Amino acid sequence: MHLVVVVAVMCFPCSSCVFVTFRLLPLWLAGHRDRSRPAMFSKGTKRKFSDGEDEMPDDGLAGAKVASSAYSLQRQSLLDMSLIKLQLCHMLVEPNLCRSVLIANTVRQIQEEMTHDGSWQVVSDSLGVEGSPSERLVATEVLCRSPSPSSTLSEQELERDTEPRLYSLVSYDDSSCREEEVVAEVIEDDNEALCSEAASNVCLSGTMSHCWEPGELRVQQNNDDICEDSRLGSGDEDVDVEEEDEDEEEEQEMSQKESKTMGQVFGTFEIKNGSSGSESALEELFSDVDASYYDLDTMLTGMQSTPKIGPYDLLDNLGPSHGPTSIGSTANCRSDLNELDHIMEIIVGS
Amino acid sequence: MPCPHIPFALRYACLIGKLVFLQASHYYFRSVLILNTAATAVGCWCRPSTNSSGAPAGPLTPAPALHPSMKDELFLPQILMLSQMDEEIDTRKINNSFLRDHNYATEADIISTVEFNSTGELLATGDKGGRVVVFQREQESKNQPHRRGEYNVYSTFQSHEPEFDYLKSLEIEEKINKIRWLPQQNAAYFLLSTNDKTVKLWKISERDKRPEGYNLKDEDGRIRDPTTITALRVPVLRPMDLMVEATPRRVFSNGHTYHINSISINSDYETYMSTDDLRINLWNLEITNRSFNIVDIKPTNMEELTEVITAAEFHPHQCNTFVYSSSKGSIRLCDMRAAALCDSHSKFFEEPEDPSNRSFFSEIISSISDVKFSHSGRYLMTRDYLTIKVWDLNMENKPLETYQVHDYLRSKLCSLYENDCIFDKFECVWNGSDSVIMTGSYNNFFRMFDRNTKRDVTLEASRENSKPRAVLKPRKVCVGGKRRKDEISVDSLDFSKKILHTAWHPNENIIAVAATNNLYIFQDKVN
Repeated sequence: MHLVVVVAVMCFPCSSCVFVTFRLLPLWLAGHRDRSRPAMFSKGTKRKFSDGEDEMPDDGLAGAKVASSAYSLQRQSLLDMSLIKLQLCHMLVEPNLCRSVLIANTVRQIQEEMTHDGSWQVVSDSLGVEGSPSERLVATEVLCRSPSPSSTLSEQELERDTEPRLYSLVSYDDSSCREEEVVAEVIEDDNEALCSEAASNVCLSGTMSHCWEPGELRVQQNNDDICEDSRLGSGDEDVDVEEEDEDEEEEQEMSQKESKTMGQVFGTFEIKNGSSGSESALEELFSDVDASYYDLDTMLTGMQSTPKIGPYDLLDNLGPSHGPTSIGSTANCRSDLNELDHIMEIIVGS
Repeated sequence: MPCPHIPFALRYACLIGKLVFLQASHYYFRSVLILNTAATAVGCWCRPSTNSSGAPAGPLTPAPALHPSMKDELFLPQILMLSQMDEEIDTRKINNSFLRDHNYATEADIISTVEFNSTGELLATGDKGGRVVVFQREQESKNQPHRRGEYNVYSTFQSHEPEFDYLKSLEIEEKINKIRWLPQQNAAYFLLSTNDKTVKLWKISERDKRPEGYNLKDEDGRIRDPTTITALRVPVLRPMDLMVEATPRRVFSNGHTYHINSISINSDYETYMSTDDLRINLWNLEITNRSFNIVDIKPTNMEELTEVITAAEFHPHQCNTFVYSSSKGSIRLCDMRAAALCDSHSKFFEEPEDPSNRSFFSEIISSISDVKFSHSGRYLMTRDYLTIKVWDLNMENKPLETYQVHDYLRSKLCSLYENDCIFDKFECVWNGSDSVIMTGSYNNFFRMFDRNTKRDVTLEASRENSKPRAVLKPRKVCVGGKRRKDEISVDSLDFSKKILHTAWHPNENIIAVAATNNLYIFQDKVN
């Protein structure tokens, strides 16, 4: 709904504006959840979620745990480091078992702490993971394979216990989707290029921490194929939200299916891009984007008041399905902002 | 400021052959001889010219014993180098003319294990290149009492070669992970050496006589033409130059899927156990094609693996008892009489975690890198990343004593994790009387703790400090804000210089310290 705006907001926590995001979070997040999992998240859930948000600071344990952002940052960097180390371990035929076990346990420990904070639970919920979080924690493979939640921690920490993952999902999707569309309009012939760009985006985020397993690596290789598919517009028809959601779940369970999901995601891009409404949608998209776009107050009020319509729906559809493979991190976030700037320049120029 | 010292050892001598004395309040380096293990062959021994001291220069004979011309040079700085012919010798500094830049040393030269035999007469080192170097202690002589304790190279052999596992398509390193001596039962010495996968039993024997005068073959060993044999003679043994032979007697292979981290010979002297990350196997020393798996902690699903075995050792006297340590910081004592499979332990030693020190690294730093029974068999010593703990076998819930090895690193754990130093496996040793324990640290420091007086000392094994007559001072690491003159700040510690392997003579105060590719031997002053 407010996805475009959220992108901008997304980037604030990266620098300093923690509070803003904090306040914004429940609204758009709830909206996002609503969209992404229509069956599971009713209005009630949304409300409950935002309430939880407010209550969180009162929760002594969780509040204390995440009180210092320095601590959170440290935890995040530690997690990143551990995941990279694990990845390197996995590349060896016979890694030092003691070392990799210790690293994996460290990651588990961080996960557990996040679960304690409530953040991990939320994340796993949003991912549609079956079973209790502790069950999930046990399996090293899962741990190695679904680092997306972890890599979104940086946002999460800034937001405390809220949903970092969805944040980054949205922000990421949004920017990439926007990029797709905008660039598609501006330079129509360059479809291929932008496809690969989008793909490389995914790759980038994927490589960040997402490719421990051979299956995962395969996904990245598949990106090229995906691009091709989308370039050729290979007969992908409308993929409805529910289906994509299912795909999302499967993605978490089985990395093998990821490529397929990605294909759909990109296929969807193509359809949207090629659709007759995209031009008008674009106009509308940027009709309310002006110099005050980055003005915080405007953004906030815009966010909180009128739900957007039209072009954003299309983004909404894309968001959730795209999400699981895209990993937002502080860096991504910044790059998103840059992309946004770039897009703005193009539009202003035209 | 009086230097702290270890009362038990008023004086140490540093040698590989030579001595360093430490007296009540300070340590004198009378001379030092450092073995540069950047050796590839025993063939060429050379000695740098020590022109400042007027020592005669020139190559030594290949014989492992010191050249006779060196007999009177006890206090001269020397270095024995096993090196290529053309290697340059760094003689820039007069006082350090025996020192060279050893930084070129390759990975293969890094010492990976050090072990005295049960009498202390021999000292074996293994390195990453798969070589084993055995040093023998010079026998005491009346006219040169000060030379007592010198260790000279006795034998060098290639124990393991790099191999290729075709099934797994991976290279098996030749690095010697552990060496264990068998108790001596005859004139020959036996030792077990292991790399990641294969344990080998080596026999090291001397030969100083050879038979001569065979009837059917000539002196070169060729069969003589029977028609030319006109007379019979009695073969005789004639003395010859001492030759030390190392022959592989048993090869215990295919017993381990994971990396062997320790071997331990049982007090029955018939069996030994080899331990990898997940399993412990029991072997008979005579039988190479069969081993018994006595501990297996491998989960059916490897994704559920959260703990590995880091070390194991037999009780020094009770042949049915052994302990193994885990990466979670616990030690399990098993009794082989209870069951053939010792998956369930008899005793479980673990200290509850101190909540005040809890961090993400708690588990990593509590992972036990080495476990050693005391000679008496009553105590256990375990080394984790920051501490040494001494456990009484009769008290499982907490250690008897805990010694901080380098607590100043506690605040640096994150960077140590980043550069992987946190996974370094420091070993620890007891002295002969179980009253002092020793372990290594970074910056070529090693630590000793006197269990009775609770005093401790930090010493440095470095060539820079090995000047003749130089005072070997205990080192101090500055922990507070202001650094005293003789202190070294935590930030300037060199984490690439780590002392992981040390050994202590079974009855005397002689220690061997492996500092990357150098071996230092320090000895109690004798006279």
